[in-house]
Amino acid sequence: MTATAPKQSTGRKTDLVEMAWDPITRIVGSLGIYTKIDFAAKRVVECHSTSSIFRGYSIFMKGKDPRDAHFITSRICGICGDNHATCSVYNQNMAYGVRPPHLGEWIINLGEAAEYMFDHNLYQDNLVGVDFCEKMIAETNPGVLELANRTEARGAAEHGYRTIGDIMRALNPFTGEFYRETLQVSRYTREMFCLMEGRHVHPSTLYPGGVGTVATIQLFTDYMTRLMWYVEFMKRVVPMHDDLFDFMYEALPGYEEVGRRRVLLGCWGSLNDPEHCDFDYRTMTDWGRRMFVTPGVVVDGELVTTDLVEINLGIRILLGSSFYRGWEDQPVFVRQDPLGNPVSQDHPWNQHTIPAPQKRDFDDKYSWTMSPRWFDGTDHLPLDTGGGPIARLWATALAGLVDIGYVRATGHSVDINLPRTVNRGERTFTWTPPTDGQGRPLSNAIERDRARTYFQAYAAAAALHFLEKALAEVRAGHSKTWESFVVPDESVSCGFTEAVRGVLSHHMVVRDGKIANYHPYPPTPWNGSVRDKFGTPGPYEDAVQNTPIFEENGPDDFKGIDIMRAVRSFDPCLPCGVHMYLGNGRQVHKETSPTQLNLP
Amino acid sequence: MSTFASHDDTTVHILWINAGLSCDGDSVALTAATQPSIEEIALGALPGLPKVAVHWPLIDFESGPDKGADTFIEWFFRAERGELDGPFVLVIEGSIPNEAIKAEGYWCGFGNNPATGQPMTTSEWIDRLAPKALGILAVGTCATYGGIHAMAGNPTGAMGVADYLGRDWRSSAGLPIVNVPGCPVHPDNLSETILYLLYQAVGSAPMIPLDEAGRPTWLFGMTVHEGCDRGGFYEQGQFASEYGSPECLVKLGCWGPVVKCNVPKRGWINGVGGCPNVGGICIGCTMPGFPDKFMPFMDAPPGSKISGAASGAYGVAIRKLRDITAKTVDKEPRWRTPGRQLRTGYQPTAF
Repeated sequence: MTATAPKQSTGRKTDLVEMAWDPITRIVGSLGIYTKIDFAAKRVVECHSTSSIFRGYSIFMKGKDPRDAHFITSRICGICGDNHATCSVYNQNMAYGVRPPHLGEWIINLGEAAEYMFDHNLYQDNLVGVDFCEKMIAETNPGVLELANRTEARGAAEHGYRTIGDIMRALNPFTGEFYRETLQVSRYTREMFCLMEGRHVHPSTLYPGGVGTVATIQLFTDYMTRLMWYVEFMKRVVPMHDDLFDFMYEALPGYEEVGRRRVLLGCWGSLNDPEHCDFDYRTMTDWGRRMFVTPGVVVDGELVTTDLVEINLGIRILLGSSFYRGWEDQPVFVRQDPLGNPVSQDHPWNQHTIPAPQKRDFDDKYSWTMSPRWFDGTDHLPLDTGGGPIARLWATALAGLVDIGYVRATGHSVDINLPRTVNRGERTFTWTPPTDGQGRPLSNAIERDRARTYFQAYAAAAALHFLEKALAEVRAGHSKTWESFVVPDESVSCGFTEAVRGVLSHHMVVRDGKIANYHPYPPTPWNGSVRDKFGTPGPYEDAVQNTPIFEENGPDDFKGIDIMRAVRSFDPCLPCGVHMYLGNGRQVHKETSPTQLNLP
Repeated sequence: MSTFASHDDTTVHILWINAGLSCDGDSVALTAATQPSIEEIALGALPGLPKVAVHWPLIDFESGPDKGADTFIEWFFRAERGELDGPFVLVIEGSIPNEAIKAEGYWCGFGNNPATGQPMTTSEWIDRLAPKALGILAVGTCATYGGIHAMAGNPTGAMGVADYLGRDWRSSAGLPIVNVPGCPVHPDNLSETILYLLYQAVGSAPMIPLDEAGRPTWLFGMTVHEGCDRGGFYEQGQFASEYGSPECLVKLGCWGPVVKCNVPKRGWINGVGGCPNVGGICIGCTMPGFPDKFMPFMDAPPGSKISGAASGAYGVAIRKLRDITAKTVDKEPRWRTPGRQLRTGYQPTAF
């Protein structure tokens, strides 16, 4: 049984308190969370999520020159816009049949690696980190702060903080020393990004066919210098966050259940290997598996596929609770993919976006976001990305395909090898798929956050490899970074990458040399999707409705910190999500799916 | 003795609405600023600043439930009721959709309207807060002029704040709308404008100098081209024919000669990065005509064909002359040689 099984209502009414957080701060965009909380049982029994912004990219891109697509789609998001620009460039490369020079691809990989380093760092320690800072813990769990002040940090020799309380103090907004340091780290990582892609977050030097970046020794030296600062920084941060997150489990037994959801993870792969990637759809299965983050779908801890063609054909965009009219009666653009496989009318290639603004009605239509699902042949799975890193690490670990020295996937784990830096020797960090006390695969708030830290180290390690490859090209006299192309009158194309927050796909249809259809699908529409026509809930709902409450405050001064930690663990990005709401009416529900991991 | 008077007994609130049609890219950009940085503003690390209370969704500590403890949105209702302990500047990010073109629902909202339980539209927040604000700061090209979301064919009827309120709008303190365009806004351009407004708020600085489009004149007074280090190639008629070349990009789509923006001169972050100076064509993202008047981006601007041809002809001659001079100055003077004889022209004087 899968999560597509509808939840059964018990109809039970209890003394529930309605509480709403709208807008939620310390995320990107506007998100509201509406809950019903059973304070006696200390758990969330119902959750609706909503955001209220619609812009209509798929509509105003119609009829435009396809070469404008990466400049336009970058503006979808102000923190991961470059992921969109990159995905669009991949998509256009397929449409135009152009293969950029290797050096151009290494430069994009270096830029995107820096984006991961920047974004996860800023989000983790300046946005999420505040949920774990001394000031917040003191206001929500004063008992935990006392314990933290008495608890010696195991990794103190690595990161320099003697107690867990010291770590929490360092995370206090503005006054905390680590908080201020990570702001600075977010700046020099953005400098690294700008070296490769011009400016942040909307790149200036990305083009279909390659990049406009002038590839000199200076370019790579400037990047390498900053990268080694970051490598040294991560040698402190990984043990520091391990200490902090391990402590949460120790201080609050049962914290594993906060934000917990069945393991249903999607990763579309990222960081192409130019020696294999020719952007031809017909060879996508092969070059997809050569990516430096392996694409994959992980269900209940098992890897279901690593085939990008299979991943592509399984994508479905469903309606049910959204402010749109259906497109059953609209023209179909793509009946078969370039390999002759049938393409669903619910696939992004065939989607039509027809907005129907109306009042928010929790019993009917309540969302500007749609319901992306992945069809495995039987079920329309509501995949999540867990904020990105946990899915990327999980898929890559199990696939066992990546082996570049600095990063090695073993089939059951990922080793991240960081070389010697100014003050610290070599370090190896190993990420292993998390399990709970009973050995069951575990996808929860803390593990999503922990994976984010490990993936920062992963991105830095991978960047070292890209740097070596790029410098070898320049030293060999290959300085060309861009290849010319012709826009065809007709084409069908797609781009896949991993945005910072997870799966990102762009699908385009070109007719008469203009954009006939363009649909980007970032991670947040998946994570924040609403109930579809089958009644299947979106990932946030599962995760938040399962969240027990550990906060010591009663209803009057309740902050909802555990709910906020569950939501923020997904790294919500509402401009990418367009709009979302989660919920299933007003009744109290009891989960009946046996594989669903619930509290009794 | 400091010449900066102390103003830390005054509190200026900054109320930030990121819920226009936006991507939050301007909020994110501000965290990259270093001249000054957000922590320097927040911690009062610059002389003569008032206390600043920033209510900014991107990084705000406050995240409590509606009408409960530490509710973020409550500051906006307090401002509307006149209950803040100091003046406030309203910052708006994202374009303003036209909510009047549809029968019901909302294109964008920020918190809820207590009377209806439905999302409070961003335009309604502007209606409520604009009359009480010390000033309005529109950040990013969307909020200033409509930007990418106001592109031809858009379904929401998006526009800039000044389109919505009227170009002649003035705050109760007599300030016109201050526009800091850019997609996203340049980090330091924004933090510097905020700094200026804080100094103006406590009477330390005169009225912020703005041009006819509401832009700070010291930031947007020159064109991209005037600050671009590839301008020399243009003058010599050397135009890149493919991306990745270090030459002038005007024939590959760069609109720099007619776009008001300081990025090539200032760099993007700490002097690193930029647009045409590092190989990225200028797509005019700071301009009111953006994006429609610049598309398709990768085509040469029509005007560049004439001026480019002219500089091509003139540049060939200039380059030849410069080559001659360059060859001369690329050689050392002949007296720099070893040997027993001094050839510099020095005449020893007998004592």
